[in-house]
Amino acid sequence: MIRFDNVCKRYPGGHEALSNVSFHLPRGEMAYLTGHSGAGKSTLLKLIALIERPSRGNLVLDGVNLSNVSNSKVPYIRRNIGIIFQNHHLLYDRTVFDNVALPLIIAGYQHKEIGKRVRASLDQVGLLNKEKSAPITLSGGEQQRVGIARAIVHKPGLLLADEPTGNLDPELSKEIMQLFARFNDVGVTVLIASHDLDLIRQMGSPVISLNQGQLSHNDLDITSHA
Amino acid sequence: MPRTDSNQIAKSSPIKAWGINHLRTLIASLGAMTRHPASSFMTIAVIAIALALPAGLFVLLNNASNISIGWDNSAQISVFLKSDVTEKQANRLMKKLRLYDDIDQVSLINKTQALKEFKKISGFGNAIEALGDNPLPHVLTIQPVVDANRPDKIRHLIKQLNQQKQIELAQLDLQWVKRLFAMLEIAQRSIWVIASLLGIAVLLVVGNTIRLDIQNRREEIEVTKLIGGTDAFIRRPFLYTGLWYGIGGGVFAWFLTTLSISLLDNAVEHLASLYNSGFQLRGLSFSEGVNMIGFSCFLGLAGSWIAVGRHLSEIEPS
Repeated sequence: MIRFDNVCKRYPGGHEALSNVSFHLPRGEMAYLTGHSGAGKSTLLKLIALIERPSRGNLVLDGVNLSNVSNSKVPYIRRNIGIIFQNHHLLYDRTVFDNVALPLIIAGYQHKEIGKRVRASLDQVGLLNKEKSAPITLSGGEQQRVGIARAIVHKPGLLLADEPTGNLDPELSKEIMQLFARFNDVGVTVLIASHDLDLIRQMGSPVISLNQGQLSHNDLDITSHA
Repeated sequence: MPRTDSNQIAKSSPIKAWGINHLRTLIASLGAMTRHPASSFMTIAVIAIALALPAGLFVLLNNASNISIGWDNSAQISVFLKSDVTEKQANRLMKKLRLYDDIDQVSLINKTQALKEFKKISGFGNAIEALGDNPLPHVLTIQPVVDANRPDKIRHLIKQLNQQKQIELAQLDLQWVKRLFAMLEIAQRSIWVIASLLGIAVLLVVGNTIRLDIQNRREEIEVTKLIGGTDAFIRRPFLYTGLWYGIGGGVFAWFLTTLSISLLDNAVEHLASLYNSGFQLRGLSFSEGVNMIGFSCFLGLAGSWIAVGRHLSEIEPS
């Protein structure tokens, strides 16, 4: 699903955020991306979501080499990715329902279908009774779950999460991680960036670690070699 | 991936999805404007005033042209006879001229009679009496047969008249009509210049409003880009907002123009009645009004297009 092949990312000014990163995350797998802040976790996710482009190397997503994707094709690739952010990125001028419906509206779903899917998605994150609420009235954990509902509502093949539990207490964090594991159970490929090593150890999925832009630990290669 | 299959079934066909998206955005952008009624109304009012001003001037000019239409057809030739021509001779000449094919009517202004009238109107009675002799000649006024296809015919007639030995001077009283038309032409061009400048102003007003709108919705644009919204999808609400501003501005401008004309109407009617004229101000016709709304829509759309083109690409998720 995701294949990094000697990928480098150098930002203007010379800072190299990623150097020679190579790994393969197979379809249907779930993995954690760890490392200190500044190790390059966010950059790696941004490369997959086409927010940044690699400076060198190949990055193949679902059979498409992202180095060669034209800007006009970017939206269509992003539609197969659900992205979850630490700071939720919700739109506070509309209801929970309208926030979650946005990916479906972009893709041009019919009105009836949108209602059905948004409710199914909110049900999965346990917020079915909050569809008419304004996001600002929800707690941090609930807002994060609205963000997750929005990321999964159009049933993407890949879920990316950047520090999804960053602002949550351990109990809520665990619930969120278990939620991701459930999506993985039904076939979604999941990549979660997190620095919460204790929590990751409890979850038991493969871990990729970055240290100063370089891969320092990779469970995925071990599993594929075995 | 088995999931994409179920996706495709539930998704509308591309053309239908496109239509749904457009309709949804059209209504949503109107809804967004009504959520900020005061600022939306102010933008619309600025557009309306900018359009109503040249439209009102245009209507007034049209009315002025309407009054003067037909004046160039009622050309009249004044024929001043030589001062030694007697009244009898003048009458004979009048009868002779009546036989001309090119001449419709001839009438004689007797010099004694003319002097009497002049004394009465001008108030120079004593000064004129001091002259002793009547300085005025007999005058014939000729109504030529007007043939719009042959404007040189009248000129030819005047030339013929000037060759007659009893005639001092024959001239066409058309100069002032020509001057009036020249003035109307200048007025018309001025209105075009004003209209062009105000049109640019509308473009800038809409562009600036949309630019602020884009800045206010930066977060929304970033999120939309992140979850796969195409540039066209993101552009659309702003373009429709510009279109609504255009429509609103055009309709309101029509209303303002009609209102202003009706405020003038009474005064003009009064003036016309003093001239024994049944003249009435004519407002914007339906097709002119529709044209104005169309033009306003174009300006709204163009203004938002410029703003969107300049500012939307600056916003990328990071």
